[in-house]
Amino acid sequence: MIDLTIIWAFIIAFAVFMYVVMDGFDLGIGILFPALQPGAERDKAMNSVAPVWDGNETWLVLGGGGLLAAFPLAYSIILPAIYPPIIAMLLGLVFRGVAFEARWRDPKHMSFWDFTFTSGSIIAAFSQGVTLGALLQGVQVSGRAYAGGWLDWLSPYSILTGLGVTIGYALLGATWLIYKTDGPVQDHSYRLAAKLAPATIVSLAAVSIYTPFLENEYWDRWFTMPNILFSAQVPLITGIIIFALYRALKKRHELAPFLLTLGLFLLGMIGLGISMFPYVVPDTITIWDAAAGESSLIFMLIGTIITVPFILGYTAWAYWVFRGKVSDEGYH
Amino acid sequence: MMTDPEFALLLARIQFAFTVSFHFMFPAFSIGLASYLAVLEGLWLKTKNDLYLDLYKYWRKIFAITFAMGVVSGIVMSYQFGTNWSVFSDKAGDVIGPLMAYEVLTAFFLEAGFLGVMLFGMDKVGKKLHYFATLMVAIGTFISAFWILSVNSWMQTPTGHEIDALGRFIPGESWTTIIFNPSFPYRLVHTVMAAYLTTAFVVGAVAAWHLLRDKMDLRARKMFSMAMWMAAIVAPLQIFAGDLHGLNSLEHQPAKVMAMEGHYDSHPNGAPLILFGIPNSEEKRVDYKIEIPKASSLILKHDLNAPLDGLDTIDDDKEPPVGIVFWSSRIMVAVGFAMLAIGMWSLFARFRKKLYEWTLLHRAALIMGPSGFVAVLAGWITTEVGRQPYTVYGLLTTADSASPLDAPAVAASLIAFVVVYFIMFGAGTLYILRLMNKSVTGDEKTAQSGPIRSAGITPASNRTITSHTGEAS
Ligand code: HDD
Ligand code: HEM
Ligand code: HEM
Repeated sequence: MIDLTIIWAFIIAFAVFMYVVMDGFDLGIGILFPALQPGAERDKAMNSVAPVWDGNETWLVLGGGGLLAAFPLAYSIILPAIYPPIIAMLLGLVFRGVAFEARWRDPKHMSFWDFTFTSGSIIAAFSQGVTLGALLQGVQVSGRAYAGGWLDWLSPYSILTGLGVTIGYALLGATWLIYKTDGPVQDHSYRLAAKLAPATIVSLAAVSIYTPFLENEYWDRWFTMPNILFSAQVPLITGIIIFALYRALKKRHELAPFLLTLGLFLLGMIGLGISMFPYVVPDTITIWDAAAGESSLIFMLIGTIITVPFILGYTAWAYWVFRGKVSDEGYH
Repeated sequence: MMTDPEFALLLARIQFAFTVSFHFMFPAFSIGLASYLAVLEGLWLKTKNDLYLDLYKYWRKIFAITFAMGVVSGIVMSYQFGTNWSVFSDKAGDVIGPLMAYEVLTAFFLEAGFLGVMLFGMDKVGKKLHYFATLMVAIGTFISAFWILSVNSWMQTPTGHEIDALGRFIPGESWTTIIFNPSFPYRLVHTVMAAYLTTAFVVGAVAAWHLLRDKMDLRARKMFSMAMWMAAIVAPLQIFAGDLHGLNSLEHQPAKVMAMEGHYDSHPNGAPLILFGIPNSEEKRVDYKIEIPKASSLILKHDLNAPLDGLDTIDDDKEPPVGIVFWSSRIMVAVGFAMLAIGMWSLFARFRKKLYEWTLLHRAALIMGPSGFVAVLAGWITTEVGRQPYTVYGLLTTADSASPLDAPAVAASLIAFVVVYFIMFGAGTLYILRLMNKSVTGDEKTAQSGPIRSAGITPASNRTITSHTGEAS
């Protein structure tokens, strides 16, 4: 028998990963804005995502909406637990979304809109990281509801994950710009990526070292036999990717740095999966506890199977239409 | 004194009402505008008349800003079910979750996927393909309305579910009974027409504004004529649909209709229609009322002497707040008739061949510009407040739906929403008004030769980039 609950856990994980892949570089560009020259450089950076940012953010809606639909109990415990960072993220996205349009409408206040674009992006990225940390460090549950206070999420660990995600998104943004631009902007992006790559690696390492020391069963999952045989592969592959990324930046490859950074994020996701599975709320609620009934899961699965290939198809098409370098002389 | 959880609940309700009201302002406009754009582009392709293309480009800029604000305010909504109404999410997630997931899969991705091409891709894909993108965006907005209104209607008139041992709503035999619940068809028709009317009156007001400056402006004339046709045709249909909607509510949510009518007491032989008055819930009567005897029975039962129950048949703690519902429904109906009046006036003006010359009509159309938003908000307030004290009508109360949050958390978020929304969406609205203040110019290139920097429409197009960077080739 195929287990619908597991399928849905993978679908939600897929949506979250798609979101991180797509909105990560898009938020990253906002985070990098202050480092870019006002005017031409920033225009170019924003133009490289203008046609696609809305589609990118839709994956966030699928992640959240999908969680409500497939794992309502998890949704209703986790969101109150991380109330402040979620609200902050939503407001950050409002800042960004309006800035995308307003910036071009009002050149006189462009610096204000650049500021909202950056702060919105940083707030959104940081809150997403905090959310991740808050979830990993565990949430107090009683019965079917969240039982903690409204600041429980705040801890050195969640601040660390917040910083880590922000830095990682910035690296995604820089490598995306390497791919999508040329000339001075690209040079600048290479320089930024060269600084952000080590920063990302340090924060990844810090989070990885910290996580097993949280009061959860993470230690056992990573460091006891036979699990260690499998889990040890993750740092190993990470090491290989880091090496390849370093070389790709040095040799000024254009697409490879972006893909390799995505690889890092994918490994992060896999690591997260190793730590969490099959829990959605660590140590208390498993995916089976939280899952919606069979009828709901099947009904949605049908829709997902039919629509997702189309979605991926026309999303790819939209990216293809705007392929190539963004440049001031047109698309080559 | 209010206890802390009661206060937190009140704040959560205010926050939800505030954010959803803001959100709905944007779709109310963009659903209609997306269809209008599809019509304009279609006419351009069919007639090859560039006037339609000019109009298309003009409204497309406005659409882009509206849509962006609709998206970000909508994302807020989809997370608020979890942050503020977590018990509701746990209890009703099996039923409403899949419907909202379908909305994401069939509508949001469709809109977002084709939006980039629609806004920035005209020179990159062929005309036909570009038109296809516009159509997909327009269809996407409609599908979006379909699902979310199905969700809302299920909350108003729940059918097709069962309740399990934990008190959760779970889907019954068939999903179609859930999706096509009794109030859904009425709500869908009435709300989509509301969006069309909202757009028609905005377009009409912009056209009137430019006609008041220059009666010979051909593009303004075209817009005005199109908008007034919409008003003349859709306003009467909307009133008709609203009447049917009310009859349906009488059947399924009688307390809501009693509150709309201000009927504290039952009327065994013919109920009066209260036109105006001040509901006084303490004394359970309407003060200073002006009423037409038996007219309410005529409207609701199509019989002058039909008996109508009043709120005296409902337990006090199961009644909606009468004052709000009484007033909001009157505002909506008043706006509806004002829209009808403009529509008829425009027909008369056409008949007299004065459509483009009648200054008074243009002034009236200008004043009516925001009327759609007023009616839409009033209508939703009637619907939602009239559903109280329940979130799932008759089955789950609002008080039992809320998250276990501390009041300070909700207070802080509410303040943050109010401040950010007013500044951000206020600025966005201001830019929209500025764009509307410009008249529709002919050729894009002539439009750009003015103060170039302010003319940036399409960030991704080469021309704009050059104009922004000043590095013209
Ligand atoms: C341009 C907008 C507009 C206009 C002119 C009208 N309405 Fe409306 N009305 C709406 C926009 C709207 C709405 C925003 O679309 C609502 C809110 C929820 C819904 O289903 O539709 C609504 C709700 C709503 C309800 C509440 C349904 C319920 O929840 O039980 C009733 C009874 C009516 N309308 C009736 C009318 C009548 C008799 C009108 C005639 C003058 C009218 N409406 C004009
Ligand atoms: C169609 C999608 C909608 C859904 C699923 C929905 C759902 C809800 C929910 C869950 C509540 C919480 C109960 C409460 O606060 O009392 C609520 C309340 C409310 N909603 Fe809606 N809503 C929708 C659309 C709208 C729109 C478009 C508006 C207004 C423009 C609106 C106005 C309100 C108001 C004013 C309240 C507060 C009522 C009160 O507390 O007395 N809703 N709605
Ligand atoms: C509580 C109720 C609601 C929720 C949770 C909600 C959720 C959302 C979300 C998440 C988005 C962003 C989609 C994206 O990422 O592209 C959105 C946009 C949109 N929503 Fe809502 N929505 C609600 C009420 C409504 C209502 C009542 C309507 C119409 C009848 C509506 C129509 C739309 C449309 C057309 C868009 C596209 C953006 C735009 O046109 O401005 N929504 N909504």
